[in-house]
Amino acid sequence: MSSLQPVSSGDPSPEETGVAAHLAGCLRRSARGDEQAFAELYDATSARVHGLVLRVIRDPAQAEEVTQEVFLQVWRTAARFDEAKGSALAWLMTLAHRRAVDRVRAAVAVTRQDTSYHQNSQTLPHDSTAEAVEASMEARRVRSALLELTSVQREALELAYFGGYTHTEVATMLDLPVGTAKTRIRDGLIRLRDAMGAGQ
Amino acid sequence: MTTHEIHALAGAYAVDALDDLERARFEEHLAVCAECRTEVLSLQDTTLLLSDLTSVAPPSSVRDQVMADIKKVRPIPPALARIERHRPRRWTNLIAAAAVLGVLGGGAVVIQQVREDDSTSQQDQVSRVLAAADVQHWNVDFRSGASATLSRSVSVGRAVLVARSMSPAPSGKVYQLWLRKGGEMVPAGLMNGGAQQSTVLMDGNANDATGAGITVEPAGGSTSPTTTPIALFDFAQTSAVRDL
Repeated sequence: MSSLQPVSSGDPSPEETGVAAHLAGCLRRSARGDEQAFAELYDATSARVHGLVLRVIRDPAQAEEVTQEVFLQVWRTAARFDEAKGSALAWLMTLAHRRAVDRVRAAVAVTRQDTSYHQNSQTLPHDSTAEAVEASMEARRVRSALLELTSVQREALELAYFGGYTHTEVATMLDLPVGTAKTRIRDGLIRLRDAMGAGQ
Repeated sequence: MTTHEIHALAGAYAVDALDDLERARFEEHLAVCAECRTEVLSLQDTTLLLSDLTSVAPPSSVRDQVMADIKKVRPIPPALARIERHRPRRWTNLIAAAAVLGVLGGGAVVIQQVREDDSTSQQDQVSRVLAAADVQHWNVDFRSGASATLSRSVSVGRAVLVARSMSPAPSGKVYQLWLRKGGEMVPAGLMNGGAQQSTVLMDGNANDATGAGITVEPAGGSTSPTTTPIALFDFAQTSAVRDL
């Protein structure tokens, strides 16, 4: 299956619309107990979910547990998805991200070792020589769009989205005045959105 | 924080970068601010671009486990979810909605697990949890000398709380137990304290809980915690295996 394209800020291509509609349909049918539809949803989205969860939680065993929990919650609460409020994929990934962040924060007291974020495992390109491991065209487009952010915006997004840190923690880690990290995060997302939309 | 300032949290909210308190306050704000709702949705959509970068397929064992799990769990009925969208999602409203559906003959599914077990089978469940090969224990010691151990067996799917030397709950109050699921504290039983040892089989499936808590609530319990927990259990921490 080709990599899923998220609905971008420009008009969606027919392919994007088709994928989005298919997922929404799978979710609606899952809400009625359709296990086959749910299996389709799982197969279409599990790599995206698990990859994000794994990046946030890092420990593979815990990541597998959380991925499982996420999909169980998707199954249980599929009826809460409201198509008028955004795509099925956005609903699902928002749920997944939140559970991953909740899990990693619960473990903070004991096992958090991310004290130095200058590890090689940075997800977002911090300079132009960063290796692009992702083969998909979409991922390459996202990486080059990210280069249009300032390095502070990129780092703030990295720490918040992939690191699971609160915006006040991000401000401390990046040595920013209190309260400015949340602006950097917001501005970074808007710039990313615009950079991707402009490239249609 | 002023009303003006709270809008500024939308970006951090969209990437889950708020602490629990800020998140709760911002969600209250979202209920009444359409502009922030729109912004949050747009920004959450944008985060999909970030998850483009990190795809990793899980092992097939995860798929097998998920497909097995969903056979044991019923989805929330669509009719109920539609009602929820127009009313704040509180337990009292959900139960009232289920009653309405029942009266109309809609065959409503009871959302919360009704305690149909008699005391004998509850005792059986407690024993099964404590004797299970995969049982995990988390312990909390109180300054008063009291202690509480939460035990969970995934194979049994239930959790048990054993409290020792807990002083009685204040008059008109009760200890309430909670399981943490999906970011929410879900009611999981009541306990009085005052005994040398109290054992409670916690309500509901414990397998999708990420933690548990104990609070002091008005007699009869609450639909969500109204006080700061006196104990919190975090299932993400390595459990201590101990003889009870």
